[in-house]
Amino acid sequence: MAETRGAIAPYRAILASRMRAQRSYRSNFRIDLTSSFLVGFVELAEVWVLFHNVHELGGFTFTQILLVFGLADFCFSIGDMLFGHCDELTKYVRAGTLDVFYLRPQPILLQLITSDISLKRLSRAAVGLTALVIALVINDIAWSPSAVLLLSLALVSGIAIFSAMFVWAAGLQFFLINGAEMTNAFVYGGRYAATQPAAVWSRPLKVVFGFFFPMAFTAYLPVIALLGLPGPAWLPAWLGWCSPVAALWAWGMALLCWRWGLRHYQGGGG
Amino acid sequence: MRANLQITRRLVWSGFRQQSTYRLAALGGLVANATFGFLKVAILFATVRAAGGELNGYDVATMSAYIWLSQGLLGSVNLHGRSELTERIKSGDVTIDFLRPLNVQLSHVASEVGASLFALIPRGLPSIGIGVVVVGMAMPDSPWPYLLGFLSVVLGITLGALVVYAIGTSGFWLIETRGIQSLYMVVSGLLAGLFVPIGLFPTWLLAFAEATPFPSMLMYPVDILSGRVSGVGSLRLVGVQCFWLGLTWLAGHFLTAAGRRKLEVQGG
Repeated sequence: MAETRGAIAPYRAILASRMRAQRSYRSNFRIDLTSSFLVGFVELAEVWVLFHNVHELGGFTFTQILLVFGLADFCFSIGDMLFGHCDELTKYVRAGTLDVFYLRPQPILLQLITSDISLKRLSRAAVGLTALVIALVINDIAWSPSAVLLLSLALVSGIAIFSAMFVWAAGLQFFLINGAEMTNAFVYGGRYAATQPAAVWSRPLKVVFGFFFPMAFTAYLPVIALLGLPGPAWLPAWLGWCSPVAALWAWGMALLCWRWGLRHYQGGGG
Repeated sequence: MRANLQITRRLVWSGFRQQSTYRLAALGGLVANATFGFLKVAILFATVRAAGGELNGYDVATMSAYIWLSQGLLGSVNLHGRSELTERIKSGDVTIDFLRPLNVQLSHVASEVGASLFALIPRGLPSIGIGVVVVGMAMPDSPWPYLLGFLSVVLGITLGALVVYAIGTSGFWLIETRGIQSLYMVVSGLLAGLFVPIGLFPTWLLAFAEATPFPSMLMYPVDILSGRVSGVGSLRLVGVQCFWLGLTWLAGHFLTAAGRRKLEVQGG
């Protein structure tokens, strides 16, 4: 017990210092919180604007899509808070400061993950959580122990899937350096996809965001299982129960890419 | 005046050349544009079809034109809010800019416009190509919308650079401006019509958007290029763009002067 505490102590010290550092530029931190809240709010507004024009989209009403949005956006925000700074890897590689990580007696991925935590994302997660809670109340859900289990599985797996996307992207940064936008297409595009009713997707999109990057598993599939709606072709409702499998797949891919990238890395030459 | 014009031209060209060295970055940008484009196609086509094939003047073909033109311009119009100015204020390098015999605002904006114009080649044209070849989109028949549209695109790009510059001057007072930057990113994306064309907004939100410079950065050039707005209407949009261009130029000018008095470089 004392040993594990000793092992996590350095990570805790770093995280605590990072939290203090963010709050020290006070006016910026307040603006950060506000803008992060607005990000979530505007993303919800974009969904609302579409549904304001039509009654139903991809077999979903606005009340129903609110559930998908809330679940997806909440999970993404938490993943972003814990893992989003993995995007910074490009900076470390370019500046050669990644070599410092090699000097410490801790796994590099763990060091990268615990190198920061974006507290500002909390306000965005609040938007997602509010949308989720409202949607859970106003939607017609047959509550039962299995429904609660389905929702809990979806929440945990959703956070895990989005977190894995950040690690996956970080692994590929070793090769891309300046091409970070290539992975952003799938990390942030993935978030955008996750809030959509997947029934509107073309077949290639279903392959890419339904299965390869399992975005449909973070919200859409659990929601149709929860509401008892029929799924579109290729995405039957029972898949909503398989979100943990999708999370394992995402993390497997992420860790593989990370290992591959780390082996490729030759050092900053310092 | 002539010397000034030549310097501007050189700065635009150097920005253009600098950007051309990042090929992988350009490819990455194109992949991102295309991915978001296909997702927008899925959701916006479904919206038009759910409305019975026609929605506020958009059918599938004109919606496709909106999607791929706006995706094409995304790499050039500054909707992310990052500017070199804020970095240079933070590091103190901006003092060197003030020592140069150049207008700081002009030099920053000119080199950004150059880089943005370059981005039209590897990111803009291929995105539009996807729209034309893979998805199919409505295109005007006469040359007029293309000519005026290109002018409008250049105005939109310049306006974006000017607005971001003006906002970047907040760094003179705040130092750390990432919060402002992300605030800008959210607001500009929505009001410029990046994810949903402003024509689909409810009336009150449309009126609000039109009272800001953001539609002039992306929506109006797209409307002119796609032929959705033509004739006198398109000239009016260009006029609105020029109005905002002048206003933001003045704002940036005065903010730079005020910031210069405030500037305090630490360390030595």
